[in-house]
Amino acid sequence: MTAIAIINARLLDPASDYDGQGGILIADGRIVEVVRGGDVRVPAGVEVVDARGLCLSPGLIDIRVKTGEPGFEPKETLKSASLSAAAGGVTTIVIQPDTDPAVDDPAMVDFIQRRGAALNLVNVYAAGAATQRREGQRMAEIGLMHEAGALYFTDGDRVIASSRTLQRVMSYAAAFNALIACRPADPWLSEGGVATSGELAMRLGLSGVPAIAERIQLDRDLALVEQTGARFLVDQISTADALDSLARARGKGLEVAASVSINHLCFNEIDIGDYRTFYRLDPPLRPESDRQALIEAVRDGLIDVITSAHAPLPAEDKRRPFAEAAPGAIGLETLLAAALSLHHEDGVPLLDILRPMTAGPAALLGLDSGVLEPGAPADVVLFDPDAPVMVDAATLKSKSKNSPFDGRRLQGKVIGTWVGGRKVH
Amino acid sequence: MTQPHAVTDLISERLVPFPTPHFLSAGDLNPPAALALLDVADVFVDLNRLAASEGGKTLDLLSGRTVVNIFFENSTRTSSSFEIAAKRLGADVVTMPVQASSVAKGETLIDTAVTLNAMKPDILVVRHGASGAAALLSQKVGCAVVNAGDGRHEHPTQALLDLLSLRRAFGDVGGLTVAICGDITHSRVARSNVALLSMMGARVRLIGPPTLVPGDADRWGCEVFHDMREGLEGCDVVMMLRLQLERMEGALVPSTREYFRFWGLDREKLAWAKSGAKVMHPGPMNRGVEIDSDVADDLSVSLIQDQVEMGVAARMAVLASLWARSGAAR
Repeated sequence: MTAIAIINARLLDPASDYDGQGGILIADGRIVEVVRGGDVRVPAGVEVVDARGLCLSPGLIDIRVKTGEPGFEPKETLKSASLSAAAGGVTTIVIQPDTDPAVDDPAMVDFIQRRGAALNLVNVYAAGAATQRREGQRMAEIGLMHEAGALYFTDGDRVIASSRTLQRVMSYAAAFNALIACRPADPWLSEGGVATSGELAMRLGLSGVPAIAERIQLDRDLALVEQTGARFLVDQISTADALDSLARARGKGLEVAASVSINHLCFNEIDIGDYRTFYRLDPPLRPESDRQALIEAVRDGLIDVITSAHAPLPAEDKRRPFAEAAPGAIGLETLLAAALSLHHEDGVPLLDILRPMTAGPAALLGLDSGVLEPGAPADVVLFDPDAPVMVDAATLKSKSKNSPFDGRRLQGKVIGTWVGGRKVH
Repeated sequence: MTQPHAVTDLISERLVPFPTPHFLSAGDLNPPAALALLDVADVFVDLNRLAASEGGKTLDLLSGRTVVNIFFENSTRTSSSFEIAAKRLGADVVTMPVQASSVAKGETLIDTAVTLNAMKPDILVVRHGASGAAALLSQKVGCAVVNAGDGRHEHPTQALLDLLSLRRAFGDVGGLTVAICGDITHSRVARSNVALLSMMGARVRLIGPPTLVPGDADRWGCEVFHDMREGLEGCDVVMMLRLQLERMEGALVPSTREYFRFWGLDREKLAWAKSGAKVMHPGPMNRGVEIDSDVADDLSVSLIQDQVEMGVAARMAVLASLWARSGAAR
């Protein structure tokens, strides 16, 4: 394979806390040399990319991506999701198990990963279902799926309401040191709700979900983690109250990670004010105070992972009144630019933003990517952090166009994406 | 029937263009606009009474115009009220049978809007079970849209007709104390009335069990009470809301009989309000659940029949005013 040298770049490597000038040399799909403060000596015959004025960081790892394949291909295929990822600087995606059929056995894990690999675009992994058909009743084949390469186990947007089932899933998964992820949302308090309870939801006449529903369920989940010793990921935390619970659990020494969606870092409940269904999300958008608490949690490292929460939905699922529209938004292609808005608008240092999209998820999932180090896979992204971008959903590569960033100006443009040393965008 | 010149002159004198292109929310109005609508509605009340005695439609204000009523939720009362209002203004009225249409076969609301738009209606009257549905349609069609009730959000013409009824009963609503009682949380009537009555200077109280009153309702600029005796004290108007009976048993209140005992309006509770207080209800009523027939049917205290009558006049005012705006815009 051709060797590539990327020189004159501003290297951003959250794993080593390095933010400074430098260059890297790539050969045979891996990073073979990283020079900090200077530049790599370019051997003869090596392709050179001059990255003056641009940032080079590990490619993003997005652990929460829905596709429609198999079962709902008009929404999104593995190919269109991979193309979106590559365009967004995302080099690894983990597909959620809520396909049809659900990814709840090793054959399905294998199917997703083989199809993903055959596309030869970005790294595609699967998350397995925690329970059979994601019904929350009987445990799925966690051991076999783990062996087949599933990176973690989750019922996705469905909450495992039965504490007994979750307790068994956690206990059993601990035998494989498998990671279990759960959405914290009390199913009874959340039932039928489409917005966060409060003055705005009431004024708009929308059914509310009280914010406390998140903390109640999280406290239950954390109690089970404490009892079973499972490795646990709080999937899509969104309220300040739940962050307090998370911090307390960490204080007790529990091995608990947490993810947040880029949407909950960038938008607040005011955005639903004109009933625009692209902002109909699950969990619903929260008040600004929660958004600020989430940004603070990213800044101080309480949150380990930022996801795009990519949820492609065709027009017929969104062209409905707010409460009847399906929840979710696409985000793979806008993830980096949206995350950079936290730097430009909220002053979060670049490394603190990139860490939960690179080194954070890599460490959580045991991947050797997400770092700029010799020996690591050459999964990197080159971007201009300041370049203005006008998001036009119609031009995004996803098959669905439900982007809440549609029409927004963002700052941060992906210039090039390499996966295993191969340029994919 | 020919139109008496004096009446048409009075209408053209009082009719002012609607302040917004659509009537989606009580908040679309401002006090002068609301007063202008009430003034012209007063003329329509008199005209309707005349029409009742002489028969036939009475005006040609919307002659040659098409008003489409599209009701995704059943509502014979509101639908008929709009239909009569439009016909009395001379409009061609089409009431869309939604249950039998392609909507029932999975067509999206926006598909429906596009189809309707192609038929070039002048005014679209919409009722839908989802909050924001009328607003969504208004963005996709080229004509004026009237919200005839969207989910739990708003029912602005109901608030306007309530205001008309109150003004005719009391002369002025400024300074009145109005208690809205019952299932506030799920009521679009309550939301529109809180906004409009407050805008017009009335003091609004909300009364109901804590499970049926939003936790932050005090931030709506209203006083909140959970006890009818406390809440009704000093009130000029008691506006009862319809209870969705399927929400009753064991879910939000223990039983209908317990609800009636504590929050249903009967003579005893009405006596806690100010002497001469009037009773309102948007209908249809659950007699013996939120209101006792003895009160509802007593014309000396009940404005409920007036509300139905005022509904037609208020809606005529809205349709005429919206047309005056869109006509002026052309």
